[in-house]
Amino acid sequence: MIDKVRSHPTQNEPLLFEISSPGKVGYQLPALDVPPVDPEGTLGARNVRAEIEGFPEVSEVEVIRHFTRLSSWNYAIDLGMYPLGSCTMKYNPRLNEMVARLEGLAWGHPYQPETLSQGALEIIAALEGALREVTGMDAVTLQPAAGAHGELTGILLVRALLESRGNPRRKVLVPDSAHGTNPATAAMAGYTVQPIGSGPDGRVDLAALASLVDEETAALMVTNPNTLGVFENGILQAAEILHAKGALVYMDGANMNALVGIARPGDFGVDVMHLNLHKTFSTPHGGGGPGCGPVCVKQHLEPFLPTPRLRRNAGQWGWDYDRPQSIGRVRAFYGNFGVMVRALAYIMAHGGPGLRNATIDAVLNANYLRKRLEPFFDLPYQAPNMHEVVFSDARQAQRGVRTGDIAKRLIDYGFHPYTVSFPLIVHGAMMIEPTETESKQELDLFADALIAIAREVETDPELVKSAPHSTRTSRVDEVAAARKPVLRWRPAPPRQAAD
Amino acid sequence: MSNYPDTYRYTKEHEWVSVEGDLGTVGLTFHAQQELGDIVYVDLPKLGLQVEQGKALGSVESVKAVSDIYAPVSGEVAEINDALTSAPEKLNEDPHGAAWLVKLKLANPGEVQNLMTAAEYQTYIGAES
Repeated sequence: MIDKVRSHPTQNEPLLFEISSPGKVGYQLPALDVPPVDPEGTLGARNVRAEIEGFPEVSEVEVIRHFTRLSSWNYAIDLGMYPLGSCTMKYNPRLNEMVARLEGLAWGHPYQPETLSQGALEIIAALEGALREVTGMDAVTLQPAAGAHGELTGILLVRALLESRGNPRRKVLVPDSAHGTNPATAAMAGYTVQPIGSGPDGRVDLAALASLVDEETAALMVTNPNTLGVFENGILQAAEILHAKGALVYMDGANMNALVGIARPGDFGVDVMHLNLHKTFSTPHGGGGPGCGPVCVKQHLEPFLPTPRLRRNAGQWGWDYDRPQSIGRVRAFYGNFGVMVRALAYIMAHGGPGLRNATIDAVLNANYLRKRLEPFFDLPYQAPNMHEVVFSDARQAQRGVRTGDIAKRLIDYGFHPYTVSFPLIVHGAMMIEPTETESKQELDLFADALIAIAREVETDPELVKSAPHSTRTSRVDEVAAARKPVLRWRPAPPRQAAD
Repeated sequence: MSNYPDTYRYTKEHEWVSVEGDLGTVGLTFHAQQELGDIVYVDLPKLGLQVEQGKALGSVESVKAVSDIYAPVSGEVAEINDALTSAPEKLNEDPHGAAWLVKLKLANPGEVQNLMTAAEYQTYIGAES
C-alpha cells in the first residue's frame, strides 16, 4: 500500500514515538576531553538509569518536519476570521510583538535591581494607569495570569473586604447567562452560588435580583454586556440593590471590547472587575498562556490587592511589600510582563480615539452580520446587540441539523467555527463575534458561507450533518472520546515471536 | 418514544421520583437525557448524604454541558446506581428504568405532593419547547 497519496497538508502525521527507529539521533557530540565521571558514584545508583523505555529516537530533519507539518495544520487569526463568540479573537498587531522583543524588555529579569528596572516598572505603571482610565476604576493589579485567575483574585478581594467588616457572607449571585468560570470562581472562594434567571429580553431580571439579595449576599457577578451581547441597561439599579444590602458588584470584563472608550464600569456602580488582555487588548491567546487578567477595583478594595504594589518614591519606582491587609501574592514575581508590554503597545498605538473607534467597529461588525444572517437563522433575543450576536439552530433543527453540524460545515468553507451551544440559555446557540479586525469583504465572505450552509440544510441536510469533508480527519467521535478517553500514548505490546 | 410512568412524580428540573414505602427512587427524565444528548459521565453523591428538596444531588455531563441533578425530595442517600459510573450511556437508553440514579430514604414523604404528575410534566415540557 502506498501511504503518500495526498499533498502534505492533508496527510496524517504519526507521533514521534511511531517514527522512532533504534539508534537514530539528532546530535553529534565531540569526543570527551575531560576525565569521565561515574554517574552512579556521583548521583547514587537509584538516580541513574541505563535506558529510557520507549523514548523516541529520530533524526534532526525528522523532528523538524514533524513539527513543521503539525504547525501547518493550525488555524489562526493570521490565516482567517475566527468568529468565536465571547473569545474576542482579534488580530494581534505585529507592532506589539516588535515592542515586546526589544532587548531591554525581552531580557529583563525579575531579580534585576529596581534601580536597573525603572523602564519596566514605568511600563507596568503606565499600563495600570491606562486601564484605570479605560475602566473608571481606582486601582489595578496586573498580577493574575489570566481572566479566570483575575476573577478568583477579585472575589477573594470581596471576601477580604467583607471579612474586615466582620462577616464574609455566604452567597454570590450569578446570572444564568454567565460564563461558566463565574460560578466556579465563587465556589473556589468558598461561596454558595445562587443562580438568577434572565428576563425575556435576555437581561438580568431586576425583580428576581431584588428578591434574592440579602445580608448574606457577598456579591453579584455580572458580565456586561452579557453573553448574549446585550447591554445590562439595568446595571445602575442592580448596583443600587446590591449596595443597599452592603453587597458588592463584580463585573466580568470579558466583553469589554464593546465598552472601551464608550462606557466605564467605574461609572455604573461596579466595585471590582477583571479584564482579559488577550481579548480586549490584542495580546496573543496563546496555548493557555502566558496571559494577564488584570483586576481593577474601587478605592475601598485597594488595601486588599495582591502584594507587592508598585509605588513611586523620590522619583523612583519600587515595590511595596508592606501591605498588611493584602490577600497576598497570587502569582510569582509581578505577573507576565511580556503580555503587559504588548497590551500597552496596543493601547498607545491606538490612543483614546483609536480605542473608541475599535469598539464602534466591533459593534458595527456584529450588527452587520446580524442583519445579513437574520433572514436565515433564528434570533431568540431581539434586544439590540453589541459586539456579538447569538443565533439559534431552531430552524435548521427542524431538518435534523444542529449548531454543531453547521459549525463543522463552516470548516469546509475555510472559517473557524463560531462558539457552539453557549450561552446555555439559548437552545442550540450559535454565538458569533467578528471583532473590529474584519473588513466588510471578510464579513461578507463569512455571511455568504453561513447562508450557503443554511441553503444546504434545505437541499441536502446530510452533507452538513456529516461535515467536515475537506479536512485531514473527518468528524471525530466526541462521545467515545469523552466516555473512553485515551489520555496518553502507549507502546504497542511487543510482538510475539512466531512459533 | 418516551413513556412517562403515571406512578412517578416529576420536577421542573427534569428529575423523576418513584416512591415505595419510605424509599424514593430518583432518576432523570427522558426529556432531560434527550436535551443533554449523549451522556458521558455521572457524578453521584456518597451514601448517607442528607439532601434537601431542590438542592444539588450530583451532576451529569454530556458532550455539550455539565448539569446539576437536583433532589426532587429531601432525604438520606440510601443507595446509588454504581453501574452508571462505568456505563453512563444507560442514562440515554433507559432513563426511566435501569438508569435510576439514587434511592433516597425520605425525610418528608409529603413533599412528593409538590411535584408534577406525568400529565402535568408532559404539558410542562410541551410548553417549554
